[in-house]
Amino acid sequence: MGNSANSGKGPVGKFFKGVGNECKEIGLTFAQGDWKTKVSYLIMGFGPLMRKQFLRGFAYLAAEVLFIWYMIGFGWGYLKDFTTLGTVARVMNDDGTFSYNDNSFLILLYSLLTIILIFIFLVVWRMNLRENRNEEKLLAAGKQLGTVKGDLYSLLDSHFDKTLLAIPVLGIFVFTVLPIVFMILVAFTDYDANHQPPTNLFTWVGLENFRNLFSFGTTGLGSTFLTVLGWTLIWAFFATFLTYFCGMGVAIMINRKGIKFKKLWRTILVMTIAVPQFVSLLYVYKMFAGDGLVNSYLMKWGLISSAIPFWDNPLLAKIMIIVINLWIGIPYTMLITTGLLMNIPEDLYESARIDGATGFQMFKSITLPYMLFVTGPFLLTQFTGNLNNFNVIFLLTQGGPQSMKLSNNAGYTDLLVTWLYKMTINDTNYRMAAVLGIMVFVVTAVISLIVYGMLPSVRDEEGFQ
Amino acid sequence: MGMKTKKTLGNTITYIVLIIISIIWLFPFVCLFLQSLRSYNEGGGGMVEYLLPKQFSLDSYKFLFSQDSQFVRWYLNTLVIAAFVAVLQTIIVLCVSYALSRMRFKGRTFLMRFWLILGMFPGFLTMICLYFLLKQFGLTQQGAIPGLILISVASSGMGYYVTKGYFDTIPKALDEAARIDGASRARVFLTMIIPMSKPIIIYAALVAFMAPWCDYIFASYVAFGYSDSYNVAVAMQRWVWTNDYQGYFTRFCAGGMLVAVPITILFICLQKYYVEGVTGGAVKG
Repeated sequence: MGNSANSGKGPVGKFFKGVGNECKEIGLTFAQGDWKTKVSYLIMGFGPLMRKQFLRGFAYLAAEVLFIWYMIGFGWGYLKDFTTLGTVARVMNDDGTFSYNDNSFLILLYSLLTIILIFIFLVVWRMNLRENRNEEKLLAAGKQLGTVKGDLYSLLDSHFDKTLLAIPVLGIFVFTVLPIVFMILVAFTDYDANHQPPTNLFTWVGLENFRNLFSFGTTGLGSTFLTVLGWTLIWAFFATFLTYFCGMGVAIMINRKGIKFKKLWRTILVMTIAVPQFVSLLYVYKMFAGDGLVNSYLMKWGLISSAIPFWDNPLLAKIMIIVINLWIGIPYTMLITTGLLMNIPEDLYESARIDGATGFQMFKSITLPYMLFVTGPFLLTQFTGNLNNFNVIFLLTQGGPQSMKLSNNAGYTDLLVTWLYKMTINDTNYRMAAVLGIMVFVVTAVISLIVYGMLPSVRDEEGFQ
Repeated sequence: MGMKTKKTLGNTITYIVLIIISIIWLFPFVCLFLQSLRSYNEGGGGMVEYLLPKQFSLDSYKFLFSQDSQFVRWYLNTLVIAAFVAVLQTIIVLCVSYALSRMRFKGRTFLMRFWLILGMFPGFLTMICLYFLLKQFGLTQQGAIPGLILISVASSGMGYYVTKGYFDTIPKALDEAARIDGASRARVFLTMIIPMSKPIIIYAALVAFMAPWCDYIFASYVAFGYSDSYNVAVAMQRWVWTNDYQGYFTRFCAGGMLVAVPITILFICLQKYYVEGVTGGAVKG
């Protein structure tokens, strides 16, 4: 293990090598630098300011001042409680009122923010040193340093990427990265209905939640988790491949020579993409309800004597979801495959026909291999998208029918994500919701990695183009 | 059987299958339309066991526009959210796509891989944390509309794939030529690339505009208990799921029509661009 780290071949080794190089550079900069550079180790931006690089100098100085002000006034107060997540929650005062002290939620969130800010500060500090070294080198070579105008212009030219990415990266950091890391940390705490800040504290529990998910006793979630995971995978498989093949079939029919009104057929199918799903799926849900249109007519015509429990029978509900998803999904595949099907060279079919191939044989040996090759990445994103297909499940069954055999309110058509949603909203069982979220990530990542390596268009990029 | 009869037979079968498919696809929408025109005198606006109303009326539509209903307000809320999200999200996606397609900077591959990994976490995982963050800024309940816009726009940079794929197909030689003539990157982006990308901009804006009409999970969480801030999806889903849906069913159908018709028309008008976008995105992955 130590060997591989030293050799610098693996990503871990590369990382340590990189850190080592940085340390060496920092030392060299200090040893070889002039006094302005040396002061910049403590007072950021000092060197640039002395060399009349006012914009850069002030920017570094402002960063340092802001950071220190943040740490003293805010960050440290939370970071010092990070290991315990608070010790005193609510205290009753002598006059019967309550005063609130530590809030585990805030401590966890702001400690995390502070830790990330410390890392960012270290990076800025390192940039400040590099800036000093560059300026010294330029001056030693007898060159002019840049001007403020030049710096600003570069933000629209050679450094335009920074201007373009600043706001998107900041937005993703605050509203995606921070919350995700926060929830990953929650998976290692006991944050649930009994530990709600500010009334109660929550604290670190190690791997207990993961053990709970994988334990198969009467209290554990093991069997429910496996049931839900199994259905999630089955659902994603059928939802992806059934829609894919049916959609392609419809596209082939519409593309067929001699079929008229091609545009009309496509427009009719596309209606399900255009109409918002909460309208169409909620309506379809009501159509198949016990007192819905379908059951009413079947009974009126005397075909059945009592209502078919479309949504109350686990197996029937699962089949219904997959079938109704075809209604939603076929138009997408149809749209995508229509154009691609027309790209297949006609003479391939022509020569096959001369050899006496039937329609099915041509589909099997010409159309299908070509389509699978070209749409491989699409199938992968469809599959991972279906693993998390919240709308179809939630608008149709809300995960039901529920059962005493499944714990934590899970139902037979729940996907991991809908179960996660119920845990968050109905049970406020944040600790297990966080664990489930991590599991969804693991499943998605593992499937993506395996399939991505198998895709022909990735292995053979030239053939793909 | 001759070649020609075989072909005619094949075409006939295809027509029959296509007609059956069309009926299945349109049936729920026809039902929705018919139900929305049913008078209150039949079943009191609840569900009934027949399809064709015996007495047509515009009762349900009148209710939606009356003083008793906040439907107009919900509709405008959704329209405002959708319009803002469409504009801001498109701008952000264009910026990110240009930077990743045209510029080579340190950390570029890292950024793309990192965002790919972030995308594998389920969105609902972070719901409580996002709610808390919005609350800190005063953007829940009364402030739910700007809050929802902020949340949708903030993370939209990660959805750059299709647009970047389109930019990649525009020859880099064009950029180089303009830059030799002294144009800055910003100038190239604004005056050359953007005008050339009309189809993909329309696609991005269309997709961004349509998403908020379906958003009810996070919208209901953020606007919790404050009906002035609901969007149509939240409000109408409550009509169907609360136990008094019996009285609200025809209203739901009428509201559904009012939401679905304009969006469907918009979508069908811009269908060409949508197809171009999804096809390009699917092939490039």
